Order: sequence, then C-alpha cells, then structure tokens
Amino acid sequence: MRGVFLFCAVFSLLALGCICVFLFINGVPFIGKVGLDNFFGMQWNLHEASYGILSMIVASLYVTALAMIIGVSLGLFTAVALYKFCPPKMVAVIRQLINLLAGIPSVIYGLFGLIIIVPLLRDYVSPNGVGYGILAASIVLSVMVLPTLVGVSLDALNAVPKNYYEGALALGATKEQSVFRIMLPAAKSGIMAAVVLSIGRAIGETMAVIMVIGGSPTIPTSLFQSTRTLTANIAMGATELTGDPKTALIATGVVLFFFTLLLNVSFSLLKGGEKRENKRAQKTGS
Amino acid sequence: MKTNAHKRQVLKYVVCKLIAQAALFVSLVALVIVMVFVLLRGVPHINMQFLFGEYSIRAPSIKPALMGTLYLIVISLVVAAPIGIGSAIFLAEYTNSKSRLVRLIRIAVETLAGIPSIVYGIFGYLVFVVALGFGYSFIGGGLTLAIMILPVIVRSTEESLLAVPRSLREGSFALGSSKVRTIFSVVLPCAANGIVTSLILAVGRVVSESAVLILTIGMVVDIVPKNFTSAGTSLALAVYGFSQRYPEQAAATGAVLLVLVVAINILATLLGKVFGKGELVDG
Repeated sequence: MRGVFLFCAVFSLLALGCICVFLFINGVPFIGKVGLDNFFGMQWNLHEASYGILSMIVASLYVTALAMIIGVSLGLFTAVALYKFCPPKMVAVIRQLINLLAGIPSVIYGLFGLIIIVPLLRDYVSPNGVGYGILAASIVLSVMVLPTLVGVSLDALNAVPKNYYEGALALGATKEQSVFRIMLPAAKSGIMAAVVLSIGRAIGETMAVIMVIGGSPTIPTSLFQSTRTLTANIAMGATELTGDPKTALIATGVVLFFFTLLLNVSFSLLKGGEKRENKRAQKTGS
Repeated sequence: MKTNAHKRQVLKYVVCKLIAQAALFVSLVALVIVMVFVLLRGVPHINMQFLFGEYSIRAPSIKPALMGTLYLIVISLVVAAPIGIGSAIFLAEYTNSKSRLVRLIRIAVETLAGIPSIVYGIFGYLVFVVALGFGYSFIGGGLTLAIMILPVIVRSTEESLLAVPRSLREGSFALGSSKVRTIFSVVLPCAANGIVTSLILAVGRVVSESAVLILTIGMVVDIVPKNFTSAGTSLALAVYGFSQRYPEQAAATGAVLLVLVVAINILATLLGKVFGKGELVDG
C-alpha cells in the first residue's frame, strides 16, 4: 500500500516534470529557429514571419505594475484596518465575504470590466475615446487580486507576536503608532509574500485581461490604447493559428512560464524568511 | 509635556488609520459592485429557453455549456481525487522525516499551484490534443484540469489528516490493526468532512476555470456534447465565447456562473464549520 501512496505523491513531481519538458522541447527550438532578435523584437506580424513578443512583455509588465500600485495600496490599508481598526464582530463577517470573493472566476471580473469599466473609461476618462487598454486591465486586475492580497497580509499581521504591540503601547506609543510603526514592519516578509503571490496572479491572468485589453500587438504608449499581453497573445491565437504561428504561442508560453517560476522561487524564499523571523521573535519574547 | 512635534506625530498616524478605514470601505464596495453589476445585467436575460432550451443563432442557450461543465467536473474529480488523497496520505502518514523526496514533492505541489492556467492550457494542448491525438475534447481538458486542481486537494486533505489526533491512531495500533487498516478505518473517516470540503473547493476551481480550456476543449458553444471525446465548452468559457457577439447572453451566463460558484463556496464553508465543531480533542 505504501507504494501506491508513494506513487500518488510522486505524481505531482512527474506532472511538473512533464510540463517543463513538453513546454521546453516544443518552445525553445522555435526560439532558436527564428532567432533571438526576431523573437524578442518589436514586430509581431505573422505574414512576414516576424514573431517579436517584446511589445507583449512590455504590456504585461505595465499592466502588472499598475495593477500592483492600485491593488497593494488599497489591499494593504484594508488589511491593516481589518487587523485593528474595525469592530471585531464585523471582521469575522468581512473575512468570510473576502474568502467568498476570492473564489469568483476571473472571467466574471473580465465581464465586469467589459460591461462597466471599459464604457466608463471611454465616456468619462479617456482623452481619445478608447476604453480598452492598460488602465482598464489594471483596474480589473487590482480588484481581482484584492481578496488574496488582503487575506495573506492579514494572516501575516496576525502571525506577528502580540507582545510587540503591547510593548509599544507600554512605551507610550498610541494604538495607531504601534500598528503602523511596529506591527506593519514586523509583518514585512509575510506582506511581501502576499505581494509576490498577487504579482504571479496578475501576470498569469488571461481571461480578465483579454476581455478589456483590446488586442492589437503594438507597443503600448498610452494607458488608453488597444494592446496585448503575453497571456492575451496565447489565448487570442489559440483557436485559429496553426503551424509556425502556433509554435510561436507555445514559445510565448515558455517566456511566461519562466516569469512565474522566478516569482514562485522568490515567494518560497520570502515565506521561509517570515517563518524564521517569527520564530526568532517568539524565542526572544518568552 | 506634549510638544507640537509629538502631537503632529500622533495626528499623522490617526490620519493613516482613517485612510485604512476608507480603503477597507472602498475595497468592499469594489468587490460587491462586481457581483451586483454582473447579477443586475445578467439575471433579466435568464429564462428556461436560455438555460435548458436548444441552441439556435437567434436564441443561444447554455445547455451545451452546462453539460460540458458537468463532464469536466466528473473527469477531473475521478482522476484527481484518488491521486490527491493518496498523495496527502503519503505526506501525512508515511513521512515524518524531512527526506529529500518529501521536500521535492512539496516544492512540486507549490509550483503546480503557481503556474498560470494558460500555461496549463498549452501543456494540455501539446500532450492531449497533439501528442496523444485526442483532438479538442473533454477528456483532454478534464485531465489537464485534474493536474491543476491536484495542489488544492493535496494541501487541504493533508491538513485535515494532520488534524486527526495521534491518540486515535495509537489506539488503533494497540488493538492490533495494521497501518493500512488504521488509515482506512480510523483516520480517513475522521477526516472525511475536511476531505469532502477540499473536493468541493476543487469543483469550484474546475467550474471557474476558462483559460486552460480554450486550448484543450475548443470553445464549441453551439453543440450539446455527445460524449467525453467531443469538443465543447464550459460555463466559464461560454462567458468569453458569448462576450463578443452576444453581450446579453454573456452577462446572463456570467450571472449563472457566479451564483453557482458562490453556492459551491458557501457549501464548502458550511461543511468546514461542521467539521470545525465536531473537531476531535486529543486526550
């Protein structure tokens, strides 16, 4: 029986191995074939066999960065408010609600962006009458990552030993000072882990983005301009393209996979850092 | 003595507190608005024809999508549930040393959880659609989803296994049961609630997923699938499929999907609570 269970456990490892192998043997030779200058160039034009994904990398980074600026500032303050500045009875209810919202499908967020955010931006904000683009995608993504961001940051704050807070109060700090100057810095690596997790979510998100980004493979120069992220590039060509262009999509996937692996590694490092810090704190505290 | 500088310091953080409370309000409003608007736009267009009627170009229905979603749930659970639970049993019951293999398995599970769904989609396309020659089919999509939901099942099943007190296992051993017998007749029944909760959460993931399916089941919105090998669509994918040509139907599908997912999550939470209350106490 042990063997059966062992096989089940090793299955995840095998699956991960298969994913890496299949992506790389299908994607990397293609990058070699068309050449690095072509693949990481500016031009994505299938008729001229130019498969440059630079504009998509740039768009992905822009969208993720802007979504993080909006999402983190909102999410972090929200977590702090839930931590100390909110009636305890409400915290439990809000926590449940946020857990519930974390499960909402990304395509629903995309739909929301399509029917609400895009028309709103087009009619009231955009200078050129275009609602699609980086701003719309960032707004949708920032709302989408909020539940994760708030949940994980709140856990990180709750994991900080309580005696820090009491110590700060005893030294004459006000409640607010203790939270912002003592507890928040102490939860630093946990909060960073939450941010990295959300960045991974945002850069890998497809459906919510594809519905509001427009889709032209051009380098973004404005917040209101139809453009295309790495994920959108894969999904848009997925059902139509064949042959070399389809392989180009797989190679795009390899680049995206590489980004997320990088984020995964930094996430585990940060998580490890958080555990060590709290352990050390508890040792010196008691 | 309270100086001006001190007062300013105190005031600064009171302002921060107010900003935090405002942020909490804005976040909640933003998240609730998403749900409310999708429901408001979608619900008026839901009717029997739309839900269960035959598909036509004039009046698209989501019958194919409902069937497709059901297929995907069945395939992915049948594959992922035994492997996931077995994997959790191995991690929780058979290892207490920090062997290299266990560490590797944990890293693999973590990494699988972080891979974007579109990358799973490419993998599913390469393996099931091309290499194994299934073409666009539910079986390919379901198997890809099974790998995707594996981390969800492994993690939460392992947690609920670890929550079963040691003393129960020791008691069972003392009565002469073997390790396997102990696992199947003592540990698993005690953890049953937690495991069912994890499976329901996994179903929620399957229902929500769409990007992975574009590349594996082919987004055929208009034909009710005949069997596991036909191409088709799911509810989540239909929202995207409809969004370009039938915005009203897209919103209605979104509303159905939203209600379904929320119901699944509430069910999981309720079961989790029952589990929490009936928690066994070591001693």
